[in-house]
Amino acid sequence: MSDSTLRIVWIYPDLLSTYGDRGNLLILARRAAMRGIPVETYSVRSDQPMPSSADIYLIGGGEDGPQALASQRLINDGGLHRAVNQGAAVLAICAGYQLFGHSFYAKGTKCPGLGLLDLHSDRGETRAVGEIRGDIDPRLGLPPLSGFENHGGRTHLGPGVAPLARVTAGIGNDGQTEGAWHGKILGTYSHGPALARNPAIADLLLRWAIGADTLSPVDDTWPDRLRAERLAAAGA
Amino acid sequence: MLKPDSRQLDVTTCSGTLVAVTDAKMPLRAKVATSVSKTAAALSRAAGRGDGSVIGGWIGLKIDPDLLGHLAAGRAIALVSGTNGKTTTTRLAAAALGVLGPVATNSFGANMPTGHTSALAKAGATPFAVLEVDEHYLARVIDETNPRVVALLNLSRDQLDRAKEVAMMAQMWRTALAGHPDVSVVANADDPLVVWAARGSSRVTWFSAGQRWIDDSWVCPESGDAIERANGDWWCTGCPLRRPNPQWRVEDDGVVDPRGDWHLVKLQLPGSVNIGNAATALAVAAEFGVRPIEALPRLATVSSIAGRYAQVDREGRNIRLLLAKNPASWLEAFDMAEQAPTLLSINARDPDGFDTSWLYDVDFAPLHNRPVLITGERAYDLAVRLEVNGIPFRHVLTFDEAIRSVPPGRLEVIANYTAFQDIRAELDRVN
Repeated sequence: MSDSTLRIVWIYPDLLSTYGDRGNLLILARRAAMRGIPVETYSVRSDQPMPSSADIYLIGGGEDGPQALASQRLINDGGLHRAVNQGAAVLAICAGYQLFGHSFYAKGTKCPGLGLLDLHSDRGETRAVGEIRGDIDPRLGLPPLSGFENHGGRTHLGPGVAPLARVTAGIGNDGQTEGAWHGKILGTYSHGPALARNPAIADLLLRWAIGADTLSPVDDTWPDRLRAERLAAAGA
Repeated sequence: MLKPDSRQLDVTTCSGTLVAVTDAKMPLRAKVATSVSKTAAALSRAAGRGDGSVIGGWIGLKIDPDLLGHLAAGRAIALVSGTNGKTTTTRLAAAALGVLGPVATNSFGANMPTGHTSALAKAGATPFAVLEVDEHYLARVIDETNPRVVALLNLSRDQLDRAKEVAMMAQMWRTALAGHPDVSVVANADDPLVVWAARGSSRVTWFSAGQRWIDDSWVCPESGDAIERANGDWWCTGCPLRRPNPQWRVEDDGVVDPRGDWHLVKLQLPGSVNIGNAATALAVAAEFGVRPIEALPRLATVSSIAGRYAQVDREGRNIRLLLAKNPASWLEAFDMAEQAPTLLSINARDPDGFDTSWLYDVDFAPLHNRPVLITGERAYDLAVRLEVNGIPFRHVLTFDEAIRSVPPGRLEVIANYTAFQDIRAELDRVN
């Protein structure tokens, strides 16, 4: 961080905000503020230059056309690549997750991605819709992932990334693994406001951004009740 | 196989006195299907399983797959579709068309072909029909009912875990209308997706009812370029698509007609959104030759629609029911609700969509400074959302507990679809 204020950027809400993606920005900002961390949030539209000096970047889900447009603009802009090279933390969701890889399919056409995660995506035979649950990579030290997925893509991981989780219910990347991570970049098919059910992932992003091993605990009564209910609803 | 009747019948020339096509002209299979359909609906009602409009239509269509077309034949029909406001607009348009004669309508919100079939069978031979149509079924229902008018209200995100994505829906509408050049279209000039869809037709009357929710139309459906907005106007930055000049528009608490005359709109329904729905209904009725001055007194008689806006007095509390199904309709509900204790109830069953992510597309800030209660099967999703929004709340397990938790006076209830039906059942299926 360049100074004591935590800067969070929401990438292209005009293109990639299909379902409640704003929630992740609101949740991160709130959990930072509860720890007394000064925070500024920026919603950067696709006609604006992408700043490279923020600490956390969020990118959400969207339809095929906007996804391809977002990828093209981010490649041309270059600001996000610079930010990642400088060590920014990223949460990439659904269409945003796909476009962090080498390539993805939109409207039947193979599109170039940002190449910031070693993976590529194509189309599955069926759409994956429903509750998803998975055991997160133990190296991250987090409780199980709970989410709702809604995507037609299948994602194939290269050796340069690790799966975010092993699927115990739902489809995720391919029915076996879900999401990916490398460095301080997390990608997941758990769509929309994924952090609402996974406050520990929100805190991981905050810890990465401020370089802290721990954060002071906060009252998670309601998120914990929601998690318990949804993990049970996902079964197995 | 019997051949369907010709559907051509001119009705505007004989308003009010028209004798509709008689049952005698209906093929035998259609007659049997109609009769069985009505019986099944009556049995379903008697068994306490809803109003019977779905089961009756389902059985009728099993016996005669063309039953909807047979029942539609000879009627002058308006279809009303869109993400929000279609039940209310359908009810208002049916009231307005009542000036001309009996109108069949699916006023219980059963808006798929089974519901249309049941509504037409139940109504018997009427010269007119106004049917609310689920946006996914619009193309099919246009094909089967050969309507005179199709009204397109708006398109926004609604249950994306099941629904087609919004841009795909606009494409389906556009294709359907292009295939029916004889159908008149009444369309919302304020919604870029609706305008683009309506451009499939060359016979469009535009109305302006405002667009409170704009987050699904930042990108031009034609060119993919950005859409700019200023002072109620909008235009694409990369192609000629822009807001057409509306012939009908809302001004203050009234509606301006295509001649430029302003009409005061007096409704029992709350909120500015319903003035917009009234403008749409007046535009639809005008396509049948009904003048606003004739229609307006009938619009004023509509007090509630299948429980929506209904007020019930219980234990000293005046309970008002507002339905909110998606981000756009939550904004409208907050606009209608008074500064009073408010109960929010959320389910996520099949008719609601299983995904609750949309809660984060709604800003609950208008609920600041009023007591908020939450309930429903997905109350925990709502609890987390309100906490993030900084809105204090209390979780209650039952509707009775909610009533006892607030002082005598107004209790506003805002609920999504099945949660609304649950509360309506608690209040003896209030209409």
